[in-house]
Amino acid sequence: MADATTRSLPSAAATQWLMSMPPAARFVLHGDAAARAAAAPVWGTAFAEQACRAEIGNGRAALWLGPDEYLLLSADIESEAALAASLEQALGDLPHALVNISHRQFALEIRGPHAATILSGACPLDLDLAEFPIGMCTRTALAKADIVLWRTAAEVFHLEVWRSFSGYVTGLLNEIALEFHRV
Amino acid sequence: MLIIDCPYCGKRPEIEFSYGGQAHLARPQQPAQLDDQAWAEFLYMRTNIKGVYAERWRHARGCGRFFNALRDTTTDHFLAFYKTGEPRPTLPAQHERTT
Repeated sequence: MADATTRSLPSAAATQWLMSMPPAARFVLHGDAAARAAAAPVWGTAFAEQACRAEIGNGRAALWLGPDEYLLLSADIESEAALAASLEQALGDLPHALVNISHRQFALEIRGPHAATILSGACPLDLDLAEFPIGMCTRTALAKADIVLWRTAAEVFHLEVWRSFSGYVTGLLNEIALEFHRV
Repeated sequence: MLIIDCPYCGKRPEIEFSYGGQAHLARPQQPAQLDDQAWAEFLYMRTNIKGVYAERWRHARGCGRFFNALRDTTTDHFLAFYKTGEPRPTLPAQHERTT
């Protein structure tokens, strides 16, 4: 049985191709074009109008999840509360929903020449560079887990995984990767 | 596996979607004023046609949105996809079998 320490900190054993990312501030913003226009200057990135695209800048990212739904990521976990407050202030009375999900999920990064092939072992999307270009992001399925998949470079994928699925997802990826790596 | 063309995200595998039943059903404005027969008709009775069927799908493991699709229930081929609120598109005559 896992003790309290290992249960509270999802992580993957660091390897050359799979690593867990440091804690990050995360928000989900639901809002129409007016709400996004108000939030963009505070957040510091644009909000992609094109489906399934991420915008990045200044250590922050805004990922399109749905027609009025965006996942906001900031590497600066320390300013989590201040960020939420400044976004709420900018959004004011505009119809919106801003939810802090910093601790609901954690991030994995898969990199290397086999990254797309390993993901294809459990993800049904076509991950060819032409079909899933750099900057594309989407919520999708990794076997039985729901993930957010984001291609940050040709051979680098960023995964947002719900923390209770950490053991399942990392275990599954390691098993798939046995074909390519000595894990 | 079916390939379903989400009007928001594009073509995705079937396992990202959940089925939502017959489309274009309007919930009665005042359910309390209906008798049991009329309420049961709304709740349970569906056309279940052999042919082109307008049905709802939800991109549950994607953008999360409901949309409508036209599917031929005899061939399982999708014929059209459109957003919720848009009228049912008309198809070329060879598809308009409804019996």
